[in-house]
Amino acid sequence: MPKVKIPTPLRQYAGGNAEVTITGKTAGEALGKLAEEYPELRQHLYTGDGKLRSFVNVYKGDEDIRYLDGPETAVSDDDELSIIPSIAGGCRGETR
Amino acid sequence: MPLKIGRGDIRNIEEHAREAYPEECAGVLVGMNAGETKIVVDVWRAENTHEGERERRFLIEPLKIREFEERAEEREMEVLGFYHTHPDHPAEPSEYDREHAWPGWSYVIASVGADGIKDIRSWVLKADRSGYDEETLVE
Repeated sequence: MPKVKIPTPLRQYAGGNAEVTITGKTAGEALGKLAEEYPELRQHLYTGDGKLRSFVNVYKGDEDIRYLDGPETAVSDDDELSIIPSIAGGCRGETR
Repeated sequence: MPLKIGRGDIRNIEEHAREAYPEECAGVLVGMNAGETKIVVDVWRAENTHEGERERRFLIEPLKIREFEERAEEREMEVLGFYHTHPDHPAEPSEYDREHAWPGWSYVIASVGADGIKDIRSWVLKADRSGYDEETLVE
């Protein structure tokens, strides 16, 4: 089963684990299972309409799954997925 | 939880803020989480790699974050949070900040104007993402 590495700020919602072994044939499926197993993680990973938040980056090894097949990226038992934060912000909420 | 941060680190943030003005700048707070207090031991500058609109937006890339975390771990410290600036705006989180924030980490915001630093405050996202709790900055 593939492993998913959990970033520090989310470990408190994943039973304190730095790494979780999860079932799933694709990255999307594995993340979905992770959120099922640890429901408190869901709101930090997904928006209200179920999309992965833009600052939540998922890497398979050293590659961002956005540049592979996205959520459809195939994962095997030996693969390691990492959830890696990007940090963004700014002084005004509206977009131009 | 109070955030203990020394005068030297505050000065480094202020210097970065003034240099970057009118653009936003950002960096990492590293140190120890002592349970009741977070102790900042060092602040490291990060490059603001947001494409355009850097007077109102900042971005630190994921691989950079991973690098900072590894660098902190090598020194037996951890990433406690991040600082960024609000040029000509209050040191309060915007809606955009809230949408992008991670729980548990401290977000130090420095309000900076053409004539220097106006204010520095620190914030932590509430667990339900509904807003922030302000952290006391102690020296």
